[in-house]
Formats: sequence, structure tokens, C-alpha cells
Amino acid sequence: MTIAAVETQPQLRVVAVGHVDHGKSTMIGRLLHDTGNLPDGKVEELTAASVRRGDTFEWSFALDAMQSERDQAVTIDTTRIWLRTPTRDVVLIDAPGHEEFLRNMVTGASDADAALLLVDAHDGLGEQTRRHVRVLELIGVTHAVVAINKMDRVGYDRARYDAIRRELEQLLEHAGVRPLAFVPTCARDGENLVSIAPAMPWYDGPTVLAAMLAVPPASAARGDGFRLAVQGVVRRDLRRIVVGRVENGTVTVGDRLAAMPGGRIARVAAIASFPETHKTEASAGESIGLEFEGRSFIDRGDVLADVQSPPALTDRFRARLLWLGRAPLRVGDGLRMRYGTRAVAVTVATLDRVLDIGSLDRGGGNEARTNDIADVSFACAETLPIDPVSAHPGLARFVLLDGVDIVAGGTILEALAPERAARSNVVPVAHLLSAGDRRRRGGHRGVVVWLTGLPASGKSTIAMELERRLVEHGASAYVLDGDNVRAGLCSDLGFSREDRIENVRRVGAVAALFADAGTIAIAAFISPYRAGRHAAREATGDDFHEIYIKADADACEARDPKGHYRKARAGELPDFTGITGDYEVPLDPELTLDTTVLSIEASVETLFSYVLRISEVDHTR
Amino acid sequence: MTGGGRTARTAQEALLMNLLDELEARSIAILREAYFRVTPLAMLWSMGKDSTALLWLARKAFFGSVPFPVVLLDTDMELPEVYAFRDELSRSWNLDYRSEHCPPESSVDRTLPPASRAAARKTAGLRELVARERYRGIVVGIRRDEQAMRAKERVFSPRLADGAWDLKHQPPELWDVYHTDIPDDRHLRVHPLLDWTEIDVWRYTKREHIPVVPLYFARDGMRYRSLGEKNITRPIRSNAATIDEIIAELESTRDPERAGRTMDSETEDAFERLRTGGYM
Repeated sequence: MTIAAVETQPQLRVVAVGHVDHGKSTMIGRLLHDTGNLPDGKVEELTAASVRRGDTFEWSFALDAMQSERDQAVTIDTTRIWLRTPTRDVVLIDAPGHEEFLRNMVTGASDADAALLLVDAHDGLGEQTRRHVRVLELIGVTHAVVAINKMDRVGYDRARYDAIRRELEQLLEHAGVRPLAFVPTCARDGENLVSIAPAMPWYDGPTVLAAMLAVPPASAARGDGFRLAVQGVVRRDLRRIVVGRVENGTVTVGDRLAAMPGGRIARVAAIASFPETHKTEASAGESIGLEFEGRSFIDRGDVLADVQSPPALTDRFRARLLWLGRAPLRVGDGLRMRYGTRAVAVTVATLDRVLDIGSLDRGGGNEARTNDIADVSFACAETLPIDPVSAHPGLARFVLLDGVDIVAGGTILEALAPERAARSNVVPVAHLLSAGDRRRRGGHRGVVVWLTGLPASGKSTIAMELERRLVEHGASAYVLDGDNVRAGLCSDLGFSREDRIENVRRVGAVAALFADAGTIAIAAFISPYRAGRHAAREATGDDFHEIYIKADADACEARDPKGHYRKARAGELPDFTGITGDYEVPLDPELTLDTTVLSIEASVETLFSYVLRISEVDHTR
Repeated sequence: MTGGGRTARTAQEALLMNLLDELEARSIAILREAYFRVTPLAMLWSMGKDSTALLWLARKAFFGSVPFPVVLLDTDMELPEVYAFRDELSRSWNLDYRSEHCPPESSVDRTLPPASRAAARKTAGLRELVARERYRGIVVGIRRDEQAMRAKERVFSPRLADGAWDLKHQPPELWDVYHTDIPDDRHLRVHPLLDWTEIDVWRYTKREHIPVVPLYFARDGMRYRSLGEKNITRPIRSNAATIDEIIAELESTRDPERAGRTMDSETEDAFERLRTGGYM
């Protein structure tokens, strides 16, 4: 036969797996020989090498070219062999069966479309048989050709074949790996590899080769929408080209894409190529370059997604992993995770279960040891775009690093509710924009500047002047005070203690939203109670700044621009703070402006420069 | 040719494009990962068909210009046509080309068989280059199907401080989540062509119109299938004078690609010794 590479079907990558000594390398060596794929002289060369060592010839020598492997007669590292057949090119990936070398087995498997699983007919399923099947499941290999090998050792007994086949069927079904054939073989003698062996007339299925050639093309379960993990930005002349490989979907010039986790949206202006092809569309699998309209903010680590179906944003997710570290994995362990084009710090939040390889049950356990498969949930300090392996496998695969060592590989099973929102029953609909995005757009941070102090201490005057100065400076600023909130938001509230507490609570919440929207919210309220001001601070977080406008009651009463003190003295304003109500002086304000010492102008100047600093106003704009 | 035959050929060509597109997309993604994650980075160029195809892929990945130095480990023993090809391409592709002159043969391990000594000189030259320029990554155009030891390589393959390959303790390499985190005194070999076969490279060279050294094409019934130093590389018998004829020849041959490279076959473990010592 000719060994012309035939291009009628795409290349197929098959990883050979199974327990140590069940015959993987022998099977591959023999397959190569029987399909005419060994170079001329190879068998003679290997036979000569065997004679020099005083060994008998082994087919596995065709693969185990590594000196030490020949000495130990065991496969240490994964290797690849090209098997050309008249209908399809098969790349055979030989993976070690020894438990010690599982990291190399998983390396080989992670590149495969299907598996060739070997089981010794005499010895039956070994521990590594079970473990390898579980690794196939984890890695995402969904089809397997099974060879029940060394049938000569059991006298080609059909009952033995049937018993092992039943056991394997159960194991594979549990792992979600579809068996394409169970072939009884004797690899050393080439029985049922390429041609049907007369020794087993009761077998009416395909040969190993025929079963491999029938593996259906990879059809990964795919989610909706476009995905591309940004590898980086290439600058060419004045162009800024965002590069990456399309994981899923299609992108067309003019499409709007969201850059996650930030969520800013940009329109595709061009698809760059060299030599220039004026491409207008690109789809899954292509390595592309995208140019965007307007100022570009996209960078390495971002996931570009179509606006309609972006990934979940969360700081918690559940994953399944193969633990390769020497020390056990425990709850609380901090590791670095690489996925997509990001590297992030993660902590093991829960260790849900460790798979019991020996049985089909999902096991328990509070630590994962070397070569265990475990389900864990991770917590992360930052919000991440998370796609589950069922939707976008290429973006759900990760490795874990401890220092410079890879200690695990795994896949993200699902996004969990973000930790910060877990306290309430509100299911958050995450914004597509981050505070950082809004900051870049506005040129400054959104903050709350909370002015507290007695009536007539100068809050409103300072607030209005500050607002004017900031807006003139190009910032976005807005004053919230009694006049504008009581006109609508708080029109149902009076001036009782309860109503005033509620008034401050509402203003605190609104000011937090203003700040989140990117505005400098200036709240000018007496806000007499520490608890109320504390609640407002809680609503905003780090961007809350309490400014104490200090002036004693006598000085304020002397100013009395609105005549409130006079009315209060006349008994017309019950609970008026400063006369009959209590004002709780701030214990630890970010800034104190004593208006009995500073002029209004000096107070405004001091506060203005403070706000420029805390809101990080971009002076270049 | 009948209409049916034409259709079948067209369908085959379309699928072939898919395979080459897939290989190209993957190699470009690897080159970009190397560039964005491993700094400083350099690429080796032997002017052979593989590393020239790799240079072309780098031009595609970075839109016309190769953003890192391109280095020849020069033994002064390349064939004259190879040096001429280098001069022409470094000029027309505007490469940041550099020659690294390898130490003389007298400085290498005398227990190595004679034909392996050029490789040992290159290994020593590469070690000096990495140490002097403090490169963290070296992009190399080797393929898994060339040689059994290269079949065991990783795409991102760490090297020890002295450049040695610790092949018994290779880190796992899962999917395309590549491992670039290495101690400060190490460097990475980056292998974007690992999954390509010899025939893939020729088909891609033809499709993309990539220039090649004319020595690959038969003259007087002989051609070079693999280019090495002039004293240790022999041409093979062949009448393949075009890329199509080379592809047709490769589709039917059972001779290994490096049959003309005497260094591979002098002793059983010659190549393993070279590679673990730091050879490409």
C-alpha cells in the first residue's frame, strides 16, 4: 500500500493510555510496523541494539528511543509518532503508564482527540486504568478505542473478554467517555491491530486501526457567542493591534465587543493581517489581530466577548483538578492560576470532594494528595471573567502554580455567586464596566465628599463653591443637600429623629451610587449621628471622605443665614440640632475645616486641593 | 481530467488548507505568547526550510517585522549557497540579524564522534550567546517528527543554567496554557513548529511562496533533503526539482529525513547526548 498522506480527513491525535505493562508501547511499535510506517532499517537497527544488550527484540524499542527508557524498558515521557494511513493521518501520543509519571501522561492526553485504552486481559483493570480514564474525563477526551490486550495469556477466552468489557463499560460510562470499540488483541503478534486474527473467530468487531480511523471529528460542546483571550497589543506605526486566537464564534468588522472583566465596549475597525488581505471576518481557531475605533484600552489578559453573551463576572468559581504537587492540597492554600492569558492569585475556599479512584463513587476527604482528582471552589481577590468548561473549554482550562512549579491542571466547572454579594438575597446583575473603566472615561475617580457640621457652619457655601471649582476643572461633580433631596427623594420625610436618620441613610446610598457612576458626590448634611455617617461610609467603601466643617454653636448662631437658629429659639423648630438636638462630633474625619479660623475661601481652597488628590483628577485632560 | 476528478482534488485541497491553517494559527499563537511573556527573546535561524518558514510565521504574527533578534550559530562551515540566501533574506525582510561565531572544534568534547562536533560547537556557541545576552527565551524551529528525542519535547521547554535539557523532569504542559515561569538563571526553548511534519513545512512553503535555499532542489540527480554543515551533510539521490516534486517524493519515501546527517547515526545515543547537553 502507499503511505501517501491523504487529506480527505483532518489529522487525528490519539493518546495511548492504560496501566503500566499492559502493552501500550508494544501496540504502537507493532501498529507502525504493520502499517508500513517504520523507516527502512529501523527494525534491523533495533534488533541490533537488542542483541548488543543481550535482550530479545521488543516492539516498544521503536518508541522508547530514550537511552534510559531502553535500559528500564518503561516509558518515562510522552512521545509522538506519525501513523500514515490511506485515509487519515493519525498522530499517536504514547503516554507513560507508571503512576510516578502521571504528569507526563496528562501532558500527552491534553493534546488528544481520542484515546486508545489498553487493558491486560489476564491482569484485568489496574489502578492506573481507572485513574487514566478519570484523567481523560478531566482533560476533555470524550472518545476511546479499547484494546483488551494480551489475549494469548488467557487462551483467547471470550468469557474473560466479556467480563473485562463489562467492567470497562461501567467505568467509561461513569466518566462520560464513549467507547467506540472493544477489540481483543495480542499486540506483540499483531492480532486484530491491522488485520483480523483467526485466533478469535468469535469477535466480529473492527480492528484497532479501523476503530481509530472511525473516530468522529472533534465536536467540542460550544457555548454561545464570540470569545478571544487577548495575548497582547502589537504596535505597528500608529496602529494598535490587539492579538489573540479566536476561541469561539465569529467576529466581523463593525462588531461591538466587550473587554472583560472591565466591560468597556469597543467597535472593531479592522482585522489586521500580513500580507494585507483586507479580511472582514475571522472565526474560531484563527490567530488574528483586531484594530478598534477610538481610544483603545484593551490589553493582555482581557477576554473579548460579544455584548449579548459575555462571560460571568465573579470572584468565586468551582473547578475540578488533578493535583500534581508533592504536599497535599488543603483549604486555605494560596496558589497562582494561569488561564486564558491571565495569571491570578487564588485561594482554595472549599475542598468539596476527592475522587476515590478505586471505586466509582465520588469520595470525601479534606485534602488532595499527589495524583488525586478533586473538586474545589476557589476564591480570588479580583473579579474575573469565568466561562465553564461545558461552554468554552479553551477559556476554562487552567494550571496552578506554586512558585515556579506547576502543581495542578484542571477545568472550571461553574461560576459561583460573588462573595461580596453573597450576604443578601439579591442576585446581582453585574455591571459590564469596572470602576477603573469609569475612572478612565471620566478622568478621575468617583468619590463621596461628605460634609458634616452644625447648621450655618458653612457646609452649603463650601459645597457649592467646591462644585463650581471642580466642574471648571473638567471634573464631574454634584452637590447633594437638603434642598434638592427633600424636594423628591425624601419628600415623604419630616424632621423627627427617625426621619432625619432615614434621610441621611438615603443620601448615603445615593451618594455611593453617584460615586460608583464616576461622579464626585458632595453631600452637605448636618448628619448629626455617627451611626448615620458610618452607614454612609459603608455604602461607599474606600472612596468615602468625611469632612468635618467645624464651628461651635455660638459662632453658627451668630451667622444664622437662614434664620433657623432664631426660629428654633422661638420654639418653631423642634429637635433643631445645635440647640435642642445632639450633634455627635466626628471622631476621625479625613479632613477638618475650622470655619471659625479659616475663611470660606481658604476652606474651599484647602478642600479643593484635597479632592483633586483623592479623586486622582487627570491634569492632562 | 474528468469533472469528478477535479472536484475531488479541489475538496482535498480545501481540507489541506484547513490543516495548514490550523498549524499556522497555533504556531502564531505560540510565537505571540513567547514574545509577550518571555523577555528578552531571540530566534535561531539556520536558513533551512524549517527556520525560514518559522521566520515567515513570525512576520505574520507581528504584521510584517520580526520583533526580536534572529541569530545564526555560525560554524563558518555552511554551504556558500546558504550564506548567500541569508544575505538576501536579512536585507529584504529587514531582519535584526546577528551572527554568533561558535568556538573552534578544538574546544569541544573529544569523546564525541567527529560528525557530532559541529553540533557540539553550536551548543557551546548557544550557551555563550544566552549567557552574554541574558536571553530568557530562544525560539527554535525543531519538529517532533524529525527525530525520536525531539518527539519528547515540550513547546515551552525549560533549560538548566548551563543550557542542559533535564528530560527526566520535564514540567507538565497542559493544553495551550504554557509554562513560562522559570528560575532566574534558566532559559526557555520555545518550539512553535513541534507539531509540523516535513511534508507540512513543504506544503506551507509552497502555499505562502516562502523562499528556500536552492540546494533543496535536485541538480544532476542529487538534492539536499536536510541542510547541515558542508563537511557532514550529504545530498540524496533525487530528481525532485520543484516543491511539488519534493512533496511527491516525500509521500512515497521511507527514508528518514536526516539520513544525510551523519551526526545522528554514528552511535546509538549520539543525538540524545547532544540534546541533553543543550543542542537544539
